[in-house]
Amino acid sequence: MDVAIIDYKMSNLFSVQAACQKVGLSSVITTNKNEILDAKIAILPGVGAFGEAMKYLGDSKLDETIFQFVDSGKPFVGICLGLQLLFESSEEFGNYSGLGLVKGKVRKFQFYSNNSVKYPVPQIGWNKIKQMDVSWTDSLLCNNINNDFMYFVHSYYVEPEDKQVILTTTNYGNQEYCSSVQYNNIFASQFHPEKSGEIGLKIYQQLKTNLSDK
Amino acid sequence: MKYIRIIPRLDIKGPNLVKGIHLEGLRVLGKPEDFAKLYYKQGADELIYQDTVASLYQRNSLTDIITKTAKNIFIPITVGGGLRTLDDINKVLRSGADKVAINTAAINNPSFITEASRAFGSSTIVVTIETIKQPDNSYLAYTDNGREHTGIDAIAWAKEAEERGAGEILLTSIDQEGTGIGFDLELIKQVSDCVTIPVIAHGGGANESHIYESIKNSGADAVAIASMLHYAALNRNGSLVGNYDDEGNTEFLKKKGSFKMFGGENITDIKDQLNKQDIPLRILN
Repeated sequence: MDVAIIDYKMSNLFSVQAACQKVGLSSVITTNKNEILDAKIAILPGVGAFGEAMKYLGDSKLDETIFQFVDSGKPFVGICLGLQLLFESSEEFGNYSGLGLVKGKVRKFQFYSNNSVKYPVPQIGWNKIKQMDVSWTDSLLCNNINNDFMYFVHSYYVEPEDKQVILTTTNYGNQEYCSSVQYNNIFASQFHPEKSGEIGLKIYQQLKTNLSDK
Repeated sequence: MKYIRIIPRLDIKGPNLVKGIHLEGLRVLGKPEDFAKLYYKQGADELIYQDTVASLYQRNSLTDIITKTAKNIFIPITVGGGLRTLDDINKVLRSGADKVAINTAAINNPSFITEASRAFGSSTIVVTIETIKQPDNSYLAYTDNGREHTGIDAIAWAKEAEERGAGEILLTSIDQEGTGIGFDLELIKQVSDCVTIPVIAHGGGANESHIYESIKNSGADAVAIASMLHYAALNRNGSLVGNYDDEGNTEFLKKKGSFKMFGGENITDIKDQLNKQDIPLRILN
């Protein structure tokens, strides 16, 4: 199987699977340890609450499977909550510990308004990704360009300790925040590539290309 | 920057796309998945599928249509109509929806919003508020596509829905819906001023200037439009015409009717026009 889509019962996995299918990647939605570890790529999607997701990952021991997969060096992709879970802690409804694979915190957006333009929380809709110091050439974004529009749905954003992991930033209200990271074999984005039209599908296409090149 | 979303709304009855006026008198227009594909290509930012009869008959026939759509269309899909339990929501999400819109079930049992947003995340739960303006200029919420009076003040209800965990408000003016006379700007402003979650304006939009007003004067974060797209799509795209299941009111299609109030609008043009007037939008490259 090309892709294991890790199921923790909290998100729309259908669209992730549809995107895989669209670019010719076989995929399975699974909680099974061996199925995940045998896959060439693992995707941790996610919508929903950080605390509940961590609890499920812990109770089901999926957290250990994720650590093992990431250790294997194979491509690991986090999406939305799947990005946030990789960090050390979140301030969502109190304080929760995350997987700690990337150093840093998850913070909540503050409602902001300026010149009668309101910036609601959650941010729901399209926004631009901006290139930082780190080049996209060797990342899944290698087919994308600066200021491409991606689709976002979130009330929280990540704040990595090491700025070198920041692949893109995005502006919302008075905030410029990290909207995707690249750390060793981990690529994770706050936006939903599978919901970002043909531009987002380029990311899945690149996953496929990387597999074929091997 | 905040980018305004243009969201085609597709009302569905059985296998067909339908459109009414004041949410009633539903005419069959074609196949929802055909229109959805066209709107995706034109640069729609999301889609809304509203099952117009599920609520009435307590059934849900949408899942097939959702799945067919979600396999080919890579933008978010919100689905509403007759969702009463967490199981109903789960079923719709599993068949490919990204968000769900709830109205009747939320009004009958407000704690359903709390439960649903806890189970699926706030951003998955859209609360639909369908309103009729009263003689004293207040707005009351209605259920079952405007058939049932609830006596609930729509503005206070929007606030409560937010407090209970709704991620967005889909705000319909039943008075304007399907008429093409423009959005109810006062309604949108009142709701938009009292919540900090996004508000999707719906009901009455027939052209760019209606959309412009709803954003500039009333603070809408997104607009849901239907007639202005559907009738134009039928006029311009021969392949859409004639593809429907012979069920419901198909007279309009059989007589090859056209709806003069609406026409000539597609999403690409609408967005170009609005962009020129400094409304930030996602423009396809």
